[in-house]
Amino acid sequence: MTTFKTKYNRRSFLKVSAATSGGMVLGFSWFASCNPTAPAPMKGMPEAWFDINAYLKIGENGLVTIMSPNPEIGQNIKTSMPMIIAEELDVAWRDVIVEQAPLNTDWYTRQVAGGSQSIRHGWESLRMAGATARKMLLEAAAKRWEVEASTLSVADGIIKNAKNETLGYGDVAADAANIEVPEEATLKDPKDFKIIGKSKTNVDLTKIITGQSLFGLDYKREGMEYAVVLRPPAFGQKLVSVDDADAKKVNGVTEVIKFGDKVAVLATSTWAAMKGKKALKAEWKQASVSESTTYHSSEMKAVLAKEPTKVARNNGDVEKAFAEADEVMERTYEAPFLPHNCMEPMNFFAHVTDEKVDMMGPIQTPQWTQSRVAGALGMIDQKSDGPTRQAALAKIKIGMTRMGGGFGRRLYGDFALEAAVISQKSNKPIKVVYTREDDMTAGTYRPASVYKIKAAIKDNQITGYQLNEVCFNGNMYGIIPNFFPAGAIENYQVNNFKIDSNITTGAWRAPYTNFLASAEQGFFDELAEKLGKGAVDLRLELLANADKVHKKADADFGEELKTKEAAFNTAKEALEALQKQDAPDEKILKVFNKSFEDAKEAFKEIEGKINNIKGNYEPNRMIDVMKLVVEKGNWDKEEAGIHKGLSLYYCHNTYVAQIAHLRMIDDKPKVEKITCAVDCGIVINPVAAINLIQGGVIDGVGHSMYSNFSFKDGQPEMQNFDKYRLIRMKEAPKVDVHFVENGIDPTGLGEPTLPPVGAAIANALYKATGKRLYKQPYIGSLNPLG
Amino acid sequence: MAVFNIQVNGQDHQVDVDADTPVLWVLRDQLNLVGTKFGCGIAQCGACTIHLGDTAMRSCSLPISNVKDQKITTIEGLSEKGDHVLQKAWIEHDVPQCGYCQAGQIMTAAALLKENKSPSDEEIDTAMHGNLCRCGTYLRIKAAVKTAASM
Repeated sequence: MTTFKTKYNRRSFLKVSAATSGGMVLGFSWFASCNPTAPAPMKGMPEAWFDINAYLKIGENGLVTIMSPNPEIGQNIKTSMPMIIAEELDVAWRDVIVEQAPLNTDWYTRQVAGGSQSIRHGWESLRMAGATARKMLLEAAAKRWEVEASTLSVADGIIKNAKNETLGYGDVAADAANIEVPEEATLKDPKDFKIIGKSKTNVDLTKIITGQSLFGLDYKREGMEYAVVLRPPAFGQKLVSVDDADAKKVNGVTEVIKFGDKVAVLATSTWAAMKGKKALKAEWKQASVSESTTYHSSEMKAVLAKEPTKVARNNGDVEKAFAEADEVMERTYEAPFLPHNCMEPMNFFAHVTDEKVDMMGPIQTPQWTQSRVAGALGMIDQKSDGPTRQAALAKIKIGMTRMGGGFGRRLYGDFALEAAVISQKSNKPIKVVYTREDDMTAGTYRPASVYKIKAAIKDNQITGYQLNEVCFNGNMYGIIPNFFPAGAIENYQVNNFKIDSNITTGAWRAPYTNFLASAEQGFFDELAEKLGKGAVDLRLELLANADKVHKKADADFGEELKTKEAAFNTAKEALEALQKQDAPDEKILKVFNKSFEDAKEAFKEIEGKINNIKGNYEPNRMIDVMKLVVEKGNWDKEEAGIHKGLSLYYCHNTYVAQIAHLRMIDDKPKVEKITCAVDCGIVINPVAAINLIQGGVIDGVGHSMYSNFSFKDGQPEMQNFDKYRLIRMKEAPKVDVHFVENGIDPTGLGEPTLPPVGAAIANALYKATGKRLYKQPYIGSLNPLG
Repeated sequence: MAVFNIQVNGQDHQVDVDADTPVLWVLRDQLNLVGTKFGCGIAQCGACTIHLGDTAMRSCSLPISNVKDQKITTIEGLSEKGDHVLQKAWIEHDVPQCGYCQAGQIMTAAALLKENKSPSDEEIDTAMHGNLCRCGTYLRIKAAVKTAASM
């Protein structure tokens, strides 16, 4: 059991709202996600709800509604986040119903689906919300019975006293809602978990399989019109003019609106809007360069001869290591741009009036989108002061629907901004709907990239390592240069080369690492072979090096780090305490502020120093997850006709090791199975975790093997699923999932199982064919094989 | 515009739409049956699968004028209480992730099971080949189809 102080979290999520005020109930009702046709909960719907905190309300009959704060894109947090609250609340899962919370920056923090961080970031606050509510309910019961709360026990929402009398949560919910938030509450010992770690099916499952309205594309409002938008057909083009006469003749089309370089056709049905768009005659002009895939490919290699845009990490003396090497191994890996292709095309509802902006739809970043909508509608600009900004944001309500996939595409609210602008211009409630062609050609693509990797070999040891990354419009972010093998090789360097492009690019499931892992883990396989070492042995050797380096860094600088962190925390607390005073003395405030800034700088300096010595991973967790896959995937055992490839990767705070089991059938490769070992700490919902891991692996197989995307004169050459190849059922391998059990706080699973897949396959394909593959999708290089 | 009389999930409807309107949009926009999904518009992804009579059809590429007196079944009408063997199997295997393609998957599988009571793995692969799932739920779809076949 862990006791925590609730006061630190009061502002963000422990607001108590008396049932009589109705404030919260009103807030939640705004998004009518509580579908009356949903299967009735065991207890039936209560007559009244009592708000305990921002995350939950309890009915007089003991039914509990838990709000799921984060966007649901298929990662199943709409089930797993409420499970965490229910666990600490000590309520039976059958008595819980889940509602999607709308964006509410007062009540919730980080309402984002991105970076595989929902569970990791939510873990502590969700547990605290449940534990605090449990304590309030127990205190209400203690008052009723006139006993000490410590004499009571609770299980499945039933409170019991020493005389074995019982009260249900519903019986005391009204009283609990009026109790002061306690100063302290206690978290359960994980060994007492009853819900966490036990599989629960998806809370929206029944609605999904009976076809009820759930998704953005399903959402409707009275009087709503549909808007389908014509956008420049090629990147770098601008609109010159548009003739909308034929479009306006289409039955159901109500108006045509030009905005920027886009033209929206509004209609009373989706089909009429689509037909209207097709009937538009637009003239375009080339305003900036038109890029083709041949240009991308040659430019990526040419830029490597120039100076890097940035040295992302540098240890030792790489130049010297290469100069003194017996041998240098250098390989270049290449991957194409990729669209996200969520099964549900982009769409968003908006109704803009003078009083407010109502928006609803599939969005991974509601908060960021809210501020961008305010800008797009002219409600704020860069000069707007804080209060003006707050007033504008308060007018913009954003509700979240379940999403038909996200994969990073719905981080970018471009489609929501279009909806807001079109609604403002037309003065109507409208929904923007993308056709598949719109979705595939107006993307925020995974940028094409090249990784050139070099290793210096001396006395059969790796003495130097250089990774050069070439990418369009951006490069690997902050911590990625510190991933394995950083910290494991003395002379180590990561260089970034950036090329600007007018093709819109963005995050795509596991940004950068989705191909970097294929390149690096393929490189290590080849390097192991060159050194005459086993694939597992080489990695173990490097990880042992990393472990030594990490331990030395901790020994050398660990104390200093602790001291400086403590000094920083002290200075921070002192400053915060002073700031809370009614009228703090300006001079003292200045002094405190200065010592806070100094302490922060000193702490960041030593932290940065250590981060540039160590890798951003724990070597032993990497070793453990690899050992698990070696055991479960029978790595050391020969199996007739089966070729195995190993891959090991850490990203998004989760450790993953995989073995691809591949068979050649009539000279064609068939990935039969991927054994996947995962260390994500505590597994909240095993069935959902396995599902997400299987999905990530199959996504990785599909995109590394089959998916290709190219441009000709700025125009995507693939515009729908007839030309763009996604993996289909018969190509999906079995995925055998195993977890490392270590009881560490949980981390996410949305992304980290995808990056290692490509290399596991490429390494298995090498064993099967004797051919190393350097370019994705691999199917392109395999064609000569039949 | 023209008036069409169609029967959907056992109910008669009269709709006034252009003759080239795909059944998908009649279902979604006119009849408010939104379980049938839009994915590609060119019969390549299977999200819009319905039954025309007993046959699985891609409703995004089926003009309303071609329906005539053939009965339409959508996911909403597959069973009265959401208890078709496939729906039960989908729950048993907790199949969906995002869930968007699942209605189409179930409708394709339901047509398969009408024709073939105990399909082999290869027969399932072939029948389901036209249904894309971007989340990669294929393994559980296949397992659920087999479970349903054994019910």
